[in-house]
Amino acid sequence: MRVRTSSPTLRRLRRDIIELILDNHPKDCQTCERNNSCELQRLSYELGVRDRLFEGERKQLPIDASSPALIRNPEKCILCGRCIRVCSEVQGVHNLSQQGRGFKMVVAPAHEKDMVDSVCIQCGQCINVCPTAAFVEQNETDAVFEALSNPDLHVVVQTAPSIRAAIGEGFGFEPGTPATGKMVAALRLMGFHKVFDTNLGADLTIIEEAHEFLHRLQTGERLPLITSCSPGWINFMERFYPELIPHASTCRSPMSMLSVLLKTYYAEKQGIDPRKIFVVAVMPCTAKKFEARRPEHYTEFGKPYTDAVLTTREMIWMMKCFGIDFQDQAEGDFDAPLGISSGAGDIFGTTGGVMEAALRTAYEKVTGQPCPKLEFPQVRAVEGLREVSLAINDTMLNLAVANGLNNAKILFEKMLSGDKQYHMIEIMACPGGCIGGGGQPYPPKNMHVLDPELTRLRAQALYTIDSGKTLRKSHENPAILQLYKEFLGSPNSPKAHELLHTHYQPRLPKGVK
Amino acid sequence: MKKSAASAPTDADALPPEILEFIEQCKAAPHPESFLIAVLQRIQEHFTCLRGEHLDAVSQLMQIPSARVTGVATFYHFFSFVPKGRHRISLCLGTACYVKGAGKLLEKLEELLKIKVGETTDDGQFSIETSRCFGACALAPVMVIGERVYGNVQPDDLPGILKEYHDLAPQTAKPA
Repeated sequence: MRVRTSSPTLRRLRRDIIELILDNHPKDCQTCERNNSCELQRLSYELGVRDRLFEGERKQLPIDASSPALIRNPEKCILCGRCIRVCSEVQGVHNLSQQGRGFKMVVAPAHEKDMVDSVCIQCGQCINVCPTAAFVEQNETDAVFEALSNPDLHVVVQTAPSIRAAIGEGFGFEPGTPATGKMVAALRLMGFHKVFDTNLGADLTIIEEAHEFLHRLQTGERLPLITSCSPGWINFMERFYPELIPHASTCRSPMSMLSVLLKTYYAEKQGIDPRKIFVVAVMPCTAKKFEARRPEHYTEFGKPYTDAVLTTREMIWMMKCFGIDFQDQAEGDFDAPLGISSGAGDIFGTTGGVMEAALRTAYEKVTGQPCPKLEFPQVRAVEGLREVSLAINDTMLNLAVANGLNNAKILFEKMLSGDKQYHMIEIMACPGGCIGGGGQPYPPKNMHVLDPELTRLRAQALYTIDSGKTLRKSHENPAILQLYKEFLGSPNSPKAHELLHTHYQPRLPKGVK
Repeated sequence: MKKSAASAPTDADALPPEILEFIEQCKAAPHPESFLIAVLQRIQEHFTCLRGEHLDAVSQLMQIPSARVTGVATFYHFFSFVPKGRHRISLCLGTACYVKGAGKLLEKLEELLKIKVGETTDDGQFSIETSRCFGACALAPVMVIGERVYGNVQPDDLPGILKEYHDLAPQTAKPA
């Protein structure tokens, strides 16, 4: 049988459908955030829509900008339902559904409430799958432009592990091209006074979390320990699984740890007033925007430790605004000392990375021997969920790694029903881990939304960076050793606890598991 | 953890015992989520409409995501979010009834009760809905009040019919 997918009749029919969708869509392509990355725009172009033949009543709906992480613009929604599916089938959150019927139908949370009053966990996957600009992140670039031109401020930037694996895509590099050096050089060119690496925060997280884990292992309390780096997951826990709060690591995320150090340790060391330090964090994540605004992450002088969080997409756009020729940048290096990091920090950006990094450190702390093999490919949950049992000395550890919160749910149901006992669980909210985060670049040409090949290539970039480093274990990072010696004392010390740890609380509305 | 303020269960308070019992029965059956519409129907029958707290309670008690519960409730024409009158008047506007003058009947009804389709009188006695055929075209035009069917209704019959239900009908018809 032959199936024809392109004929003059089919083209005409498809064009008619697109014209009908366009009739109920704003005519503001030039000023739209998704200009040049919009699937509706691309289809209109490919089908040769030149005239707007249908002119009927158009929906007029208010924009919902209530969430600190993202904006829902039902005017631009074409009711395709992708966000509904990703929110329920991939993330298990079920925050979005079609509400109402016919012409009045909208995609919205329950009761058509504002996103801020919904069970939204702010992971931003709806943004990643949206064909138009019906979901976009809350833009914080204005604040960063302002800060960069303010001579009174000392503006520093930190970049998450997964940014270097994806930012090149915004400038014509093939997916999976590591772009650490060019990114650092470009950031410096933009006028950031110092360019630091969230990887150092990741290394520090490993030290604190490994000690927390070993302590719990010795006492047998609050096992399994569940990682706490992913703010989408933390939001999910607080709304859907408040009973797991005691299990979550109290460690702040790498971003928040580094931001705290920037306004304490770094400020002290450099003799800069912390009120004059403006910290920008480039994250693959929209939920980080909310994390930065949590009262727990505010300084005592009433400002957040992290002043602005930009997604990878926002940073790419800013670099373009500055006219930076990214491809031609020379390789830059992060600033010392808060830019020195191990390969263990790099792999934090992909599923299993936190577990792998923790194992490198935990193994050596427990056995006192060097870790014979630094790679633990068995914990890389590329298919979404992995369970591994691993012996360190005589202790058999049950480990689990999940990405995509629907996979996390499967794990928790097993754990809560008592079917299986785990010692440590790594959860990353987004499919593939941070490399597939809600703030990462839209899929390049020839790749579709949630393409596993795209996350595979980005992960490969991180593994390449890790294996190319000589420093690959967090606890051997000289900057970290210096930090404990000069400032924090020892891991899990009272000072470390005050500055590097946090707490969580149940939130309403409560989600349905 | 369960005692914390944020997760204090108040869901059951929103619904009467007989509906809570029905929900329990549904949960014991295979595919409990398939009973969502039946549960919503019972709630509407009891309260004359669905309120936000009812829907949230159903979501938590049946463990069906809230967005889906409100999605279903807003999809069906049958469900109402404003209270219906004690006596629900349903007027057929199907082809046969319309041809036989249901349009005029509706006008007269709206005039007498001082409300439009979908609304409820201030005293909560009457509400007007329209429907698309009761399958009793021989009786056109047909009007249903509660469970009772009226056939061959003429505009002039209306004051008398309404009076059967509520003496104050002429009062509600008074200019405000």
